[in-house]
Amino acid sequence: MAKVLMKGNEAIAEAAVRAGGLCYFCYPITPQSEVAEYLSRRMPEVGGTFLQGESEVAVSNMLYGAAGAGVRAWSTSSSPGISLMMEALSYIAASELPTVVVNIVRTGPGLGGILPSQGDYLQAVKGGGHGDYRCLVYAPSSVQEAVELMPLAFDRADRYRNPVIVLGDGMIGQMMEPVEFREHEFPPLPPKDWATDGCKGRKPNIVNSLYLDPVKEEELNQRLAAKYERMKQNEVMYEEYMTDRPYEVLLVAYGTTARVCKTAIKKLAEDRIGAALLRPITLFPFPSARLYELAKPVKFLMSVEMSCGQMVEDVELGVRCEKPVYFYGRQGGLVPTPEEVVDQVKKRLGKGA
Amino acid sequence: MQTEVVFAGFGGQGVMLAGMVLAETGMNLDKEVVWLPSYGPEMRGGTANCTVIIADEPIASPIILHPRDAAVMNRPSLEKFCPSLRPGGFAVVNKSLIPVDPEREDITVVNVEANKIAIEAGSGKAANMVMLGAYVGATEVVPFDALVETAKKVLQKKPKLVPVNMKCLDQGYGIGQAARA
Repeated sequence: MAKVLMKGNEAIAEAAVRAGGLCYFCYPITPQSEVAEYLSRRMPEVGGTFLQGESEVAVSNMLYGAAGAGVRAWSTSSSPGISLMMEALSYIAASELPTVVVNIVRTGPGLGGILPSQGDYLQAVKGGGHGDYRCLVYAPSSVQEAVELMPLAFDRADRYRNPVIVLGDGMIGQMMEPVEFREHEFPPLPPKDWATDGCKGRKPNIVNSLYLDPVKEEELNQRLAAKYERMKQNEVMYEEYMTDRPYEVLLVAYGTTARVCKTAIKKLAEDRIGAALLRPITLFPFPSARLYELAKPVKFLMSVEMSCGQMVEDVELGVRCEKPVYFYGRQGGLVPTPEEVVDQVKKRLGKGA
Repeated sequence: MQTEVVFAGFGGQGVMLAGMVLAETGMNLDKEVVWLPSYGPEMRGGTANCTVIIADEPIASPIILHPRDAAVMNRPSLEKFCPSLRPGGFAVVNKSLIPVDPEREDITVVNVEANKIAIEAGSGKAANMVMLGAYVGATEVVPFDALVETAKKVLQKKPKLVPVNMKCLDQGYGIGQAARA
């Protein structure tokens, strides 16, 4: 089909509908309310469910219930709303249920502001809610990529029976770019024989996250840990930019800031400074092994973020602290500019700005 | 080749739509495009702007500190954006509402009485299309017939508005072309 010009938020909504995400719960919050606006029109057309809950707490528990019943349930929100969903997300992970939550990140902490940020990295990547669990985390860097990642997110949520987070930012949500909706083929999924979808003629299924028997709880913890190891083996995604020619600096950035870094790298090349970019597409699992390889020829790495450096520790772990890892970022809804990144790289190279 | 333009004005003047029509025209021509709005707690009467990037190569940073061009519909927008334009760029200035000039020698200024022309064409609300026409006339960033085709498509749900908008695009285009010469 032909390309259409769409806002990131609307494109995410349409991609989810096409991926069979027909059960959508939400509570509006800037900068992602267009998802809900779009789906309030679109869901009735496709026989789906659009439901605005009374709060994000309600929404996330609706996700828990619907996912338990075996349907593709999902939600979108932005940072403060995502925090309210964390309890249910922990329950969903513990109950081994699939769901997709899109976080169009705004500034924080607290109520923060409505401009773009990457300040929810640690929350998304390291757990967020209580207990020993992880989410698979995808970070799109364009509207087209967001559209490609939505069907993958639903598939992997079902395949791993685990929550999947799509971590955007206000820029990805608000920006319009041409998109093309392609058909996605995935191998058949196992039947949802665990779903609480009516037990006539079979033994009842139970969705539960309460384990008072320590042995049973440990079994769950170890089963989850093994699942996250399988994700690390099989799900790592990244993009490399300008790694096919000599470089002495490796930038690491995801989402919107990765695009800023690409322009910075082009500008650095004009000054005969070789820089390359590793853009993690999955933030958990993090592309640590590839990072280590790519860091071999460089003098230093630099993590560029719209936060105070939340990804730095993963970059340091990835390079096993064998090379200096610097950080450059902006906060408060300000986006690093290519010019700023160029200046920072030159400064660290001792070439002045 | 990459062209960036900021459309800016009061909320309600239609700068977002003007930018969208331009971006969609670029897309229809198989160019790479980005349309990036300023977003915030804004409402009718507040300031609004969007950046449109049209390029032959994939667009890296969507955040442009120094756009090449601007089309400004009110004075605060002129004061905000014209100083940051790159040398050699274009500024389309709505002289119906802006009594001053950009204090730049190194850009091409296209003066257009956008509101006056739009009112004479039948609707003051179409001043954004005068601006868009003038911008494309001055820069030829997209062919005019492609712009007209896209604008017609965007407006197809409101067929009554098509003639006045086409007239505005056309008149703006003529002024832009004249400034180019």
